[in-house]
Amino acid sequence: AGPVESKNEAAMSELVPEPRQKPAVPMKPMGINASLLGYIGIDTIIEQMRKKTMKTGFDFNIMVVGQSGLGKSTLVNTLFKSQVSRKSSGWNREEKIPKTVEIKAIGHVIEEGGVKMKLTVIDTPGFGDQINNENCWEPIEKYINEQYEKFLKEEVNIARKKRIPDTRVHCCLYFISPTGHSLRPLDLEFMKHLSKVVNIIPVIAKADTMTLEEKTEFKQRVRKELEVNGIEFYPQKEFDEDLEDKTENDKIRQESMPFAVVGSDKEYQVNGKRVLGRKTPWGIIEVENLSHCEFALLRDFVIRTHLQDLKEVTHNIHYETYRAKRLNDNGGLPPMTVETEENHESNL
Amino acid sequence: IVFQGEGCRTVPLSGHVGFDSLPDQLVNKSVNHGFCFNILCVGETGLGKSTLMDTLFNTKFEGDPASHSQPGVQLKSNTYDLQESNVNLKLTIVSTVGFGDQINKEDSYKPIVEFIDAQFEAYLQEELKIRRVLHNYHDTRIHACLYFIAPTGHSLKSLDLVTMKKLDSKVNIIPIIAKSDAISKSELTKFKIKITSELVSNGVQIYQFPTDDESVAEINGTMNAHLPFAVIGSTEELKIGNKMMKARQYPWGTVQVENEAHCDFVKLREMLIRVNMEDLREQTHTRHYELYRRCKLEEMGFKDTDPDSKPFSLQETYEAKRNEFLGELQKKEEAMRQMFVQRVKEKEAELKEAEKELHEKFDRLKKLHQDEKKKLEDKKKSLDDEVNAFKQRKTAAELLQSQAQQAGGSQTLKRDKERKK
Repeated sequence: AGPVESKNEAAMSELVPEPRQKPAVPMKPMGINASLLGYIGIDTIIEQMRKKTMKTGFDFNIMVVGQSGLGKSTLVNTLFKSQVSRKSSGWNREEKIPKTVEIKAIGHVIEEGGVKMKLTVIDTPGFGDQINNENCWEPIEKYINEQYEKFLKEEVNIARKKRIPDTRVHCCLYFISPTGHSLRPLDLEFMKHLSKVVNIIPVIAKADTMTLEEKTEFKQRVRKELEVNGIEFYPQKEFDEDLEDKTENDKIRQESMPFAVVGSDKEYQVNGKRVLGRKTPWGIIEVENLSHCEFALLRDFVIRTHLQDLKEVTHNIHYETYRAKRLNDNGGLPPMTVETEENHESNL
Repeated sequence: IVFQGEGCRTVPLSGHVGFDSLPDQLVNKSVNHGFCFNILCVGETGLGKSTLMDTLFNTKFEGDPASHSQPGVQLKSNTYDLQESNVNLKLTIVSTVGFGDQINKEDSYKPIVEFIDAQFEAYLQEELKIRRVLHNYHDTRIHACLYFIAPTGHSLKSLDLVTMKKLDSKVNIIPIIAKSDAISKSELTKFKIKITSELVSNGVQIYQFPTDDESVAEINGTMNAHLPFAVIGSTEELKIGNKMMKARQYPWGTVQVENEAHCDFVKLREMLIRVNMEDLREQTHTRHYELYRRCKLEEMGFKDTDPDSKPFSLQETYEAKRNEFLGELQKKEEAMRQMFVQRVKEKEAELKEAEKELHEKFDRLKKLHQDEKKKLEDKKKSLDDEVNAFKQRKTAAELLQSQAQQAGGSQTLKRDKERKK
């Protein structure tokens, strides 16, 4: 069997390596379709890679932001079908609304199909609940940047950990109140600031208070407002990798988002099946029924198709942006540990 | 900030969530991106490196056989795009050229080490950039080094030991016995044992196929015992039975490449490609590269903690170095400025001296000139006086003469004549 050679001839780069020479990046690679000539086995790398990732496990950090009472904790519990949010982890159910925005992160390990995931839910009680909510996004922005900072510090160490613990926020669900009118100034301000540092997925909370027509109109208005205000929510247009991505994501951006959701951790019997739902005098709202609400779309989007992408955009784009800015501000130097500063101060 | 979760507890799920698709999501992204694999073949000329690569990857890669007259060791690198099902692999094969051909082989290992380091360096440079594109970086770091051992049947050559010792902390070494159809079965067993014991006694760390994952622990464990693999390469296909097989034909029989009773080629392919390719890549990145990076940064003067075990940071070291450097620069600048001022002063003094001399000279000359002038004037005056005196005498003489003429003509004439005589 003769080899299949492309018209381009790969130039043979003869290297005489000297110290500090530019590495050998060889010239035009030859295109060979190896499958014509007998099975080699390179496609087994997929399986090899899958095995390794299953062994290491995954981290996922999701933040929920919105005024209290919008059902954030319930929604997260519904998404991950377990008691992973703040309200369920031994915190006082009768908590007072805090006077400032607090950041509360809770981690759990969940396992499914041999895949282990360390899920951290970051709650932001107090957001938007004060009389004066000026700059209430600042503690949140600060928290997000602190996680980038933590990662950066680990990364610049000389002796680095084999696996740097990832506490960076991969996804921020922003809960929009189902007023039916438009976005509130606070919503716009928050999303304007934070969409630059984290992946924001806006959701319309408690969507069972709107009829189908109201829902469609509201969503259209919200989308328009976001566009007019230049707010790039996830999936951001500029990060679409190829045409396939773009088509898929365009559909989500222009039709489905923001997802109008309903959350529940209670099960009811409907048509012989046990379903998650909310019971009202006028009927049972089935959370996972697409004709009732878009929860299933949100779940599939965040968990089943775009989870890895959320992490990659956080790592390759948001984190890199933070890092570049940090190094630039420091004159090209990596950051200093806060502890070191304190140590030095105390030693003076 | 309150974090509850160190020592996170496992929470049960009440239904299917769907994150079990995560490995698939990750793998799909990698597939879209494509994979890189870089193999380095180290071995003497004529040990069949190119043929083995052709055989492993079922293709005829470019290249002519090298000659034995290379003045030094060089590395030849080629990249190929291979595709199998939906996997796109960018395969780079680097081979030594002229290894083992020189009379003095003391430095033979150096170009190889430098090449491997150069790839690490390139990656490190990219990693240290402010604006970097690591996820799109074409990784040229060597993932596996196949070390070709000549089939002498006795033991390792000292060149082999020295080279492998220099490489074992930088790359995953997989030793193989090349052209192993030159050795008989019994000799082979002895040879393998000898090689393994020599490697152990010299502390050479070769790559161990990982046995921590239960799904591959068994096969990897068995294969570890078969190292070094005795291989044969051939791209020629011969009809054996009713199948076409890769083989080498001799008058006394046919050696089948893919027959495990004839050689370990299948084992090598299995281990290198079908089972451990990903692990080789991972070890390169998490072990060999990290070691290089650590050494390089320490060399440049960075450290994580100082002797008093107060945590330093890269920034402090940078700052200290920068200040030191700026200080030195300033000092140098000062010194240069001082020198400049000094020189200017000296030059000025010189010039002043010169000026003074010139003035003096001028004065002297002027005086000389005046003296001369005076002398000349005096002389002129004395000459003028003489001329005047002569004129007077002349007038007086002429007067006398005319008087004498009037008195007595001829007498005076005679007297004149006599006087004139």
